[in-house]
Amino acid sequence: MTTTSIRVVETPLVLYALRRADDALVLGHRLSEWCGHAPALEEDMALANIGLDLLGQARSLYSYAAEMEAAGHTEDDFAFHRDAPQYRNLLLAELPNGDFARTILRQFFYAAFADLYWRAMMASPDPTLAAIAAKSEKETAYHLRHSAEWVIRLGDGTEESHRRAADAVAYLWPYTGEMFEADAAERALVDAGTVLDPAGFRDAWDKTVSDILAEATLEKPAAGWMQQGGRSGRHSEHLGHLLAVMQSVPRAIPGATW
Amino acid sequence: MTQLDNGLGDEVLRRKAIEAASTVVDPEIPVLTIADLGVLRDVTVQGGHVRVDITPTYSGCPAMNMIAVEIDLALSRAGIEDKEVRTVLAPAWTTDWMTEEGRRKLREYGVAPPQPGTGRRALFGQDVVACPQCGSTQTHQLAEFGSTSCKALWRCESCREPFDYFKCH
Repeated sequence: MTTTSIRVVETPLVLYALRRADDALVLGHRLSEWCGHAPALEEDMALANIGLDLLGQARSLYSYAAEMEAAGHTEDDFAFHRDAPQYRNLLLAELPNGDFARTILRQFFYAAFADLYWRAMMASPDPTLAAIAAKSEKETAYHLRHSAEWVIRLGDGTEESHRRAADAVAYLWPYTGEMFEADAAERALVDAGTVLDPAGFRDAWDKTVSDILAEATLEKPAAGWMQQGGRSGRHSEHLGHLLAVMQSVPRAIPGATW
Repeated sequence: MTQLDNGLGDEVLRRKAIEAASTVVDPEIPVLTIADLGVLRDVTVQGGHVRVDITPTYSGCPAMNMIAVEIDLALSRAGIEDKEVRTVLAPAWTTDWMTEEGRRKLREYGVAPPQPGTGRRALFGQDVVACPQCGSTQTHQLAEFGSTSCKALWRCESCREPFDYFKCH
């Protein structure tokens, strides 16, 4: 039995780029699953467009990781030839779409963080990361506005939409803490001034989320125990299924082009 | 051959390359050239080797691959064979780089051009978008995400026509 999985030399910078790229790819792939299934045509297009933005962000970050690793890997190798334990994305990104409310709340929690994070990362002394941040920031601003408007509409909508939105908040909340985690490898980059500590964005994120949830008449859960593991490759059972679909063709026919 | 000759040759070649690359149009909005859009960033020539720099509008814009191929073909048609097309990310593209000519062509094509000024106020301020068909400002947004990454779907209350709006970015 041969494997088409690659081995990645995860220097702190490669790991950093892969983590953000994996967030964007996995979340973008989840959104693409809505294509043809969204509750309205406009939302079908919106979710596909947001997924496409995330895919673009992932490509830039994978290309950067490939350049930093300098082992001859390409963006496609990272996306299609790593197994679930090699993926470094947030658990939040891989959670199944559930209903529309869960998808929207997941997007809102992520975008509220990514918007703040990328805007601040535009000042990174690393020119490539700063450039990727500058592109991602503008796109994410639209994603945040779109999801926040929907959170308000669902929460402050009908009894049914409120119930579903409240269920989504409760389900997703334990997965939000991981966004603010940084391990030793990442802390080294933070200390060197190359990247920003995600923990520094917790208060601002908390404020955005509190404001929008309040407007949506949704209760914000108390700070509690948080899930983690995605950043070091310990994933939920959901990621493997997602990768099996996403990677099936390049795994079956490595190097295929059209 | 002296150094001076090489320099002059490169400058002539550069102008020829710019002229050729500037004819390439956006496959999604074929009235706009990549020069109108501000996607064409730089053309440099060194020792007869032509390098064209382009920058993506949106990270995931699927038109970029096609634009790169079209530039390559346009240069070949102009007799330039020693060439490369490079995608650069910095500085990040903004709709402010769209030329006046580009904005006029967009409007005539039926797409409302982006408002100038791309700060966060332009992104999140109250948009007043004039209908490209009748000029009325009695318009409203139907969907924030439209037929391509760069567009939103709007409708005019005066002439009742739906139209695309090229979003600020």
